[in-house]
Formats: sequence, C-alpha cells, structure tokens
Amino acid sequence: MGLAVQHLGFIPALPLLAAAVGALTPRRGRTLAAGAAIAAISGSLLLAVAALSTALAAPAVHATANFAWFDLGTGEVALGWLLDPLTGVMLVMVTAIALLIFVFSLGYMREDPNAARFFCFLSLFAAGMLGLVAANSLLLLFVCWEIVGLASYLLIGFWFQRPAAAAAAKKAFLVTRLGDLALLLGLLWLYDAGGTLLCYAGGAGCLEPAALAALAGRTVAGGLVLSTAVSLLIFGGAVGKSGQFPLHVWLPDAMEGPTPVSALIHAATMVAAGVFLLARVHPLLAADLAVAGAPLHALTVIAFIGAITALLGAAIAVAQHDLKRVLAYSTISQLGYMTLAVGVGAWTAAIFHLLTHACFKALLFLGAGSVIHAAHHEQDIRRLGGLAPRMRRTFATFAVGAMALAGVPFLFAGFWSKEAVLHAAAGWPVSCLPLDLGLAGVALTAFYMTRLVAEVFLGAPRAPEAARAHENAAVMTVPLVLLAVGAVLLGFIGTPAWPWLQGALTGTRLKPGPLFENGLLLAASILLVAAGMGAGWWLYVRHPRRTATAPDPLAAGTPTWWRALAGGLGFDAAYAATVGRLTLWLAALADGFDRWIWGGAVRSAAALAEFAGVLGRQADEDGLNAGFDGASEGLRRTGRAYSRRQTGGVPGYLRALAVAFVVLVVLLWWGGGR
Amino acid sequence: MNPLTLCLLFSAALFAVGLAGALCRGNAILVLLGIELMLNAANVNFLAFWRFGPSPAAATGAVFVLFAIAVAAAEAAVGLALVIAVYRHQRNIRLEEAVRLKG
Repeated sequence: MGLAVQHLGFIPALPLLAAAVGALTPRRGRTLAAGAAIAAISGSLLLAVAALSTALAAPAVHATANFAWFDLGTGEVALGWLLDPLTGVMLVMVTAIALLIFVFSLGYMREDPNAARFFCFLSLFAAGMLGLVAANSLLLLFVCWEIVGLASYLLIGFWFQRPAAAAAAKKAFLVTRLGDLALLLGLLWLYDAGGTLLCYAGGAGCLEPAALAALAGRTVAGGLVLSTAVSLLIFGGAVGKSGQFPLHVWLPDAMEGPTPVSALIHAATMVAAGVFLLARVHPLLAADLAVAGAPLHALTVIAFIGAITALLGAAIAVAQHDLKRVLAYSTISQLGYMTLAVGVGAWTAAIFHLLTHACFKALLFLGAGSVIHAAHHEQDIRRLGGLAPRMRRTFATFAVGAMALAGVPFLFAGFWSKEAVLHAAAGWPVSCLPLDLGLAGVALTAFYMTRLVAEVFLGAPRAPEAARAHENAAVMTVPLVLLAVGAVLLGFIGTPAWPWLQGALTGTRLKPGPLFENGLLLAASILLVAAGMGAGWWLYVRHPRRTATAPDPLAAGTPTWWRALAGGLGFDAAYAATVGRLTLWLAALADGFDRWIWGGAVRSAAALAEFAGVLGRQADEDGLNAGFDGASEGLRRTGRAYSRRQTGGVPGYLRALAVAFVVLVVLLWWGGGR
Repeated sequence: MNPLTLCLLFSAALFAVGLAGALCRGNAILVLLGIELMLNAANVNFLAFWRFGPSPAAATGAVFVLFAIAVAAAEAAVGLALVIAVYRHQRNIRLEEAVRLKG
C-alpha cells in the first residue's frame, strides 16, 4: 500500500492537529493532550511507511505535488510536496523516533503539572520537522524550519522558571536566527536569480539542471560563482541549525530543556535538519564543481567546517562533567561528521550517519533521561556512579548506544555509518586534512564515551541520589530497548557489502562491493577506537573515582588544557567579548543617542513650553489680576465707607430725609426765584 | 389776610407738628401718628387750593383728598402690621433698637 504524493501533507497535518488539541486542552487534560500527540504521531508513522514504500517503488523519480500559494504580479509563489527516497527515509526516521520519545515522555513528565503544554509543543515540533522534510519548495521548507526553531525555543525554555533555561532558550533562538538570516538571504538570492523556489517542477525547479547551469554560469564580486555564494548562504542556515562551528554554542546550553526534548530535538531530529537541508540542495552545492577556475568551491568550505566541528566537539566533550552536556558536545561532533560527508560529496553517507546517529543518540539521551529521572534530577557525573547493578536495563541499552556512538566495530550501526563517512573523506581529492581531523575525533569519541559510561554506571555511588536510584517503569525502558535494537540493526542497511540505502537514495542499483574496501583506513579507525576505549578504561575503569570532589585524572595531568576544554574552549567568553561587547556598545550608543539627542530635544521643547507658561502666569498675575484686584479693593473700600452710614435706625433715616427736604426747598426757593 | 393764606399757615403748622413728632419720637406708633399728621396737612392744602382756586366748581380737590385718605389708610394698615411684627421679634416697639435690617 502506498501513499500518493498529493496526500503527503497529511503527515505533518496530523501532529499539527494534535498540537492544536494540546493547545486548547486545559492543564488537567494532560491525558487527552498526550493521547492526541501519540495517536497523531502513530498515524503519521503509518503514513510515512506507506510513503516510503511508494518512494522506493520508483527511487529515481522526484514525485511532486505543487500548488500556488498566492499570485505575485506576473508570477506566483508556489509551494509543494516532494516524495523521493530521501524524504521517505527521513519521514520514517522522524516519526519513529518521535513516537518512541513521546511514549518515553509519558513516564518522564508524569509529575510535571504542565504536561499538556509539553505534548502540545512536542507535536508542534514534529509537525514542523515533518513539513520540512516533505517540502518541495524551499520557501515551505524555510517556514517549517522556523516552526521547528520556535518549537525548540519553547521546549528549551519549558521550565522557564529556571533562569538558566530561559537564558538557554533565548541563546538558542538568537544564535540559530543568525544562521536563519543567512539562509533567508540565500533563498531570496536564489529566487532573484531563478524566479522559483520549487526544488523540482518538471525541469523548471531550482535544483534541476537548467537552473543550476544558469546559476553556475554567473559570477558575483571577486570571481565567485553565484551558485557558490548562494550555497554558502544556505550552508549558513545549516551551520546555525546543526550546531556547526562557529555557531555551535547554543546546543550545549539547550540541554536545560527536559531530557526527552534533548533527545528528540537536540540530538535526533532538529539538528539533523541542517544536514538534511544540505542533502536536499546537494545538486546546488555541487553546481560550482563543474566551473573551471572557480576560486572557491562551496563543498570545500563545508567539508572543512564539518571536520573542524567533528574534532572540536569531541575534544570539548572529553572535559565536561554534566551528563547531558557530554552528549550535547558529542552531538555537535557527530553532526560535524555528517557535514564533512556532505562536503566531500557523499551526501548519502551523511544521511546514513544521520539515521544511525538519530537512533543511537535518541537512545543515549533517553538513557540519560532515565538516569536523571531515577537519580532525582542529579546529572553531574562526578556525583553519579555505580548505577549498573541498580538500573540493569538502562545500563545495557545505554552501553549499546555508547558503543554505537564510539564506533565499536562490526556489530554496531555507528561503526558502519562512520566508516562510510571516513571512507568518503579518504577519497576526497582536495585535501587529506578533513580525514585526519575526523580520525582524531574517532579516538576522542571512543575515549569520552568510555569515560561517561564508567563515571555514571561503574564504581560506587558518590552521592545519596545515586545510591537511592532504581530502575524506571516499562513506559520508559521499552523505548530504550527498541532504540537499542535499532542502534544495532540500522547499520546493516548501508554496509559496503550491501549498500541498499545509498542505492535507494540515489535511485541507482549499486553493485555490492567487498565488505572492507580500504583495509588500511579500516584498520586505522579500529585501532583508534581501541586506543580511545583503552585509554578510557585505563583512566576511569581501572581506578574509578572515589568521591564526588576528587579531581579528574586528566585534570591533574594537564590542568591548562583541561580548564580550556571544560570551558568549551572559551567560545562563550569570546562571543561575550566580541559580539556581546559590540552589542552592548551599540546598545549604549543607541541609549546615549536616545538620552542625549532625542531626550535633549524633548527636554528643550519642554523647557521652552515651561518658560512660556511662566511668562503667561506672570502676565496673568501682575497684569490682569493686579488690575482686577485693585478695582475690587477700591469698590470694597467705598462700600465700607458708605455702609458706615447705614445704621439701620429708622429715625436717623427720617432725619436725614427731613434735612435733605429742607435743603431742597431752600435751594429751589433761592435758585428758581419762584 | 385772605382765607387761603390762613389755611396754608394752618397746614404748615400741622405739617411741622407732624414732622417734629415723626423725627423726635422713639415709639413707632407715635412716628406713624406724625406721618398721618403730615399727610393730612397735605390734604388740607389740596382742599384749600381747590376751594380758593380759579375753578371751585369741579370737585377735583375733594376727589384727590379721598384718594389720599384711602392710600393713607392702607399705609397705616401696613405700618401697623410692621409694628406688630417688630414687637413680636423684640418685645417692644422702640425704633432705636429696630436696627436688625442693617446690612
């Protein structure tokens, strides 16, 4: 049974509906919200499997369903769905991992009063991620990309009462926004150059040969090919989202969110969106390879950034003592491997590593969540220890995940996918430096994972929380077991002897090769893994840490390096000293401008008005009022004088009347003469 | 000395007596009495000028006097009512004490 591409939109629509249900659910309706989320993601999983089977039936075809969003003058802005094997495997991976994590969250968030909100955000995230994967239009992809970023912000800051969580959410949002700005600019430039953002549209899409040839044929400033410039801008988005050097600083802080979030978003799926984007636009990235005399190839930059990130993340992870931060830096490192694979042209190896990494990193994070839940939210590995006998299932599955991540040979998925990446890097004609950096990272990865397992599970408990820990309920351990099975089996879909995945993704039937093509490289990588694990065993298993405050054996040996690595090589401090200080300086400038220029203008206008007011008052008081006051004072004085004669005595009045009468008569007599 | 002059002298004397009474007395009733005397002095003048004037045939002077007497009666009624009102307030009718209307 298949799923036509026209109905692909249902896959993201279901979790979106669940998110709406969760958003409208009151606080006490957590069961409803969780049920809706899990039901929706299960439905999406079934549809995704159907979509994958459709895609695999015709792997070389990019089936699309485009529709106009709105008209824009002469053209129209089109969106669409795209179904090819890349979309299919990503859909299945996202829905499967999300389903397991949703189920795990039922147990993990049981005591949280805001679980309804949590499931709403998780569903929103899943909807965004599925839409991103299924989008045929880079514009729709960007919209979903931002939904995913928003969901990530909301979930990192889920416990926003903690200042650290609120700050981490803000940091993640701002840092990834920096990459998103580059991505948006790249998309606008692409639209300007080609007039469409549809990936595939029957020959007219921006990832199809006609458009790519046009892009590769134009140059911008400095002889840079236009497609290189656009590719690097789009890569900027991936750098932000996938935590690549130098924008990786948000990912370790993002661990402030609930652990299922760390598993779903910051390990398995969202950070993979950047790598997925690179795989999706791979034809565009590779377009400038055909241009003779191009000064810079986009893929070269991508390969070096990936290799630097792979080594940097692994090195910093060695010195972390927070359980989740170790895993966060290891995620950065693994994403570096995927980017490296894209950069050396092996995007199928990148997707292979993405799939296996999603599985075992989700396993590791959920295992960490299980530990944290059991140990009463203690996640400092110096205070844990000795959990293996208390939490057998968690220990066993976590160990499987750790071995997969470390690349223990042959049995584990991480080994095969990492070999595919390294093999592609070894075949890169430009430089052998990325391969060397990647190999160094392999040894470090094996070392820090051994350290992590030894510190958390072996030795003796070093804090009462660890001593009281006990195994969690089945709702939390069953997803672990399923993921552990995946972390083993998923490796066999892409081995050199049976490169099914690579063939399916590229739509060609690859001939099975020998199991070990490059024996020297294989031996080197196995030796490095053995060396890393051996060093870890020597330092941490042979002499387990006795107390929570005892210094790390490496810290005692190389305190300077240890301090630098423990502080993340000073990236945060460097950003605070440069970007942060610049921002503060600009803010101070703006503040001063406001305060002195605008504020001064306002204040002087106010002073002018006040002066006019004083003048008016003086005129009133000294001019008008004085006149009226004088007049009324005069009246009052006259009145007082006259009223003195008003005695009220009738005889007095009569006498005055008589005297006046007499005087009148006398006057008439004299004056009239008659 | 003709009769008109005699009449005028009589009325002048009567008026003077009334005026003196109105001016010098403190008792309100006696003041009213003085005013009545002055009014009647004027009435005597009306009658004298009519009787010894150029046309004694028409009864103009008598009619005037009748009007004046009617008006004087009304005035006396009002005055006495005022006096009673004053008495109710101050238990006597001395005009020197009736100064409450002074503003």
